[in-house]
Amino acid sequence: MPDTEYGRFLQGSFEVHGRDFVDAGLVSSQIKKGLKAKGIDEDIIRRIAIIAFEAEVNIISYATVGTISYYILPDAIIFEAIDEGKGIEDIELALQEGYSTADDSIREMGFGAGMGLANIRKSSDVFEITSEPGRGTRVKCTIMLNGQNICKEN
Amino acid sequence: MTLETIAERLSLKCKCCWEHLKKEVSGGYAGDLLSDVMANSAAGNIWVTRQVHQNIVAVAALKEHAAVIIVQGATPEKETLEKATREGIPILVSDMAEFELVGRLHRLLYPEQA
Repeated sequence: MPDTEYGRFLQGSFEVHGRDFVDAGLVSSQIKKGLKAKGIDEDIIRRIAIIAFEAEVNIISYATVGTISYYILPDAIIFEAIDEGKGIEDIELALQEGYSTADDSIREMGFGAGMGLANIRKSSDVFEITSEPGRGTRVKCTIMLNGQNICKEN
Repeated sequence: MTLETIAERLSLKCKCCWEHLKKEVSGGYAGDLLSDVMANSAAGNIWVTRQVHQNIVAVAALKEHAAVIIVQGATPEKETLEKATREGIPILVSDMAEFELVGRLHRLLYPEQA
């Protein structure tokens, strides 16, 4: 369990393995089911499904291994994806829609369009990303439950 | 309009989940980039694509699509049909090119705009 101030709100934590395209979407589907069971608003579930799927595909495409966790706080849902892998050299560039370092094998499956991080950011109320090249990347998204939209990036 | 009517009018071949063909379709979406479909399609949509691998089922299930239509006579992979059967997502195939299929589907769903 990640050691954070909101650790006690942890709802689920899942390991995702690099290059495991066969299981892509499995973690997102489990998170979606978990949120539905908790009676979370449909629109919020739709946004988190996008975030979870893109984060899951990013770990599969670019990292060695990663952990996806989600937390239900009284006023927000926190989604976190932490991976070990090559990391991101230039975060600003990686956030630009259309920019991608995906190889042909990834693109042939319809991934690697350079929309992943942009979709994650668009679907979050608060989006934070840190990365250390050669080590890994951490993405944290906050989705407010009361309709507030606080835009804070990076 | 139900999937059954659409399948009949557009001569689509159903590859799995026949039992779900009574489902109503809310509209359509066409695309081969999974991120685009994740971001912009809606629940109940019928998704038209040229992709055949099993990740299309993951997307269709997450987005709660009514069905997926694979165009250009492409054959869905065996694993795709197995996963679709588990998830209850009908996979339909058409010999038409994506442009042709989408045009006809749009006329069928929105005759007032034709």
